[in-house]
Amino acid sequence: MNDVVISVRELTKRFGDFIAVNRISFDVPRGEIFGFLGANGAGKTTAMRMLCGLSYPSAGSGTVAGYDIRCESERIKRCIGYMSQRFSLYNDLTVRENMLLFAGIYGLSRREALAGSERMLGKLDFVSEGDTLVGSLPLGWKQKLSFAIATLHSPEVVFLDEPTGGVDPVTRRQFWEMIYEAASQGTTIFVTTHYMDEAEYCSRVSVMVDGEIRALDTPARLKQQYAANSMDEVFRILARGAKRGE
Amino acid sequence: MEAIEIYDISKSFGPVHALESVSFTVRAGELFGLIGPDGAGKTTLFRLLTTLLIPDRGTARVGGYDIVADYRAIRSCVGYMPGRFSLYPDLTVEENLNFFAALFGVTVAQSYNLVAPIYRQIEPFKNRRAGKLSGGMKQKLALSCALIHRPQILFLDEPTTGVDAVSRSEFWNMLSDLRQRGITILVSTPYMDEASRCDRIALCNEGRIMGIDTPRGIVHQYDTELYAVRAHNMYALLEEARKVEGVDACYPFGEAHHLVAGLGFDSGHFAERLGFLDGLHIEPVAPTIEDVFIKLMKR
Repeated sequence: MNDVVISVRELTKRFGDFIAVNRISFDVPRGEIFGFLGANGAGKTTAMRMLCGLSYPSAGSGTVAGYDIRCESERIKRCIGYMSQRFSLYNDLTVRENMLLFAGIYGLSRREALAGSERMLGKLDFVSEGDTLVGSLPLGWKQKLSFAIATLHSPEVVFLDEPTGGVDPVTRRQFWEMIYEAASQGTTIFVTTHYMDEAEYCSRVSVMVDGEIRALDTPARLKQQYAANSMDEVFRILARGAKRGE
Repeated sequence: MEAIEIYDISKSFGPVHALESVSFTVRAGELFGLIGPDGAGKTTLFRLLTTLLIPDRGTARVGGYDIVADYRAIRSCVGYMPGRFSLYPDLTVEENLNFFAALFGVTVAQSYNLVAPIYRQIEPFKNRRAGKLSGGMKQKLALSCALIHRPQILFLDEPTTGVDAVSRSEFWNMLSDLRQRGITILVSTPYMDEASRCDRIALCNEGRIMGIDTPRGIVHQYDTELYAVRAHNMYALLEEARKVEGVDACYPFGEAHHLVAGLGFDSGHFAERLGFLDGLHIEPVAPTIEDVFIKLMKR
């Protein structure tokens, strides 16, 4: 077990002449909530896809949970969780069926999947809804369920891609408490968001502009460095210089 | 004059009550914001007002026309930008604009003055297919197309969702410019921080309107003491603060947690009780629209 869970050096992705991600380097220690910010089109999604083993780097190197992103992507997929910005559970399966399906996809045995699902239902106080179709749940619940399912197999890192878009302010905060809790138990969180108040909740924040990481530090130190009152201001100062759109 | 008048409108889809007894008016020339999360009923309301749906109960008038009886008249005097990109991806930028102009029986030249400040930003790409545009450019094209027939009233359904903070603020600048030209705008957003850009706002949740006022007026309604609390370990602070007597609620709010003081709360006592937390700090703070929203949701 290494205490650096994500480590990236000079990671680069080119699409033809276009350099989507340009030599980014950073380390994320275990249990950290790492905020990955950037304007639309800055290269966040491409970078995240490389870390998840879904896209092969053009240059540079990196490890996630100790595995090489170039040649061990299948191993990486087993020890990470992923939650996308758009709700990605199956609406026409029940809560329990979704849990079992994803547990299976993440490589848990039938027995582990069953035990894990029941444990998760209990923790969410959701046992009575186990056989409810996911499509009929309120959005806030779907969101919490997505996060629970992304962590069902006890992954070392969870990647959250704009997990709280369109969610009401109360649910959004409950969601962040789930993140805090998972992090306090040693799960590393890698999260993107457009809500700048959420950037303040992160242990450290990186800001991508035009494919490069322009800033990386704790929210407090970034605000000090840019003489800003909020992360919103820091983000504006950095992103205003962006040359490219999405 | 009122541009939009809504009287006691309800709409259900099977067992789902999308809108329940919604009433409010939007004055001519106003920039009015519908602020609420997914599932609040915002899109249903837009579809009713743009005559794409018929209400189960209640009536509404848009530009003085009834949304059921006078639907044809409404369609020619309003512009509508749906939440989903709804232009033709296989037509070019210019072809889309020409197409929408033709639908409304106008030419691009006739309306060029109105759309120019927005359209000029994408004009260098006028031969690119709309499906190949970036998110920000799609948004500008959709707004140009919604304006091409010089509507009096503009409906914008979540135009800034999923857009980064800088582009969002640029979009709101465009809306302010359109408002200056006398166009009435009804715009929805899930981002509470955008509320201050509106003349008036309605806070909505689960099919109901929870409050309507100017952004300042909404915040003024907040009648409880609110504090910002900080400590080195913010998660521990959150858990501990909720155990202290007199604390009605404590929730993360940017770099601090907001603490809603209830009966018997005393900040000195609070600081003493949680003195074991390193770096503990508590101070009164002015509420924001989001604090009001959270409070209204708990009712």
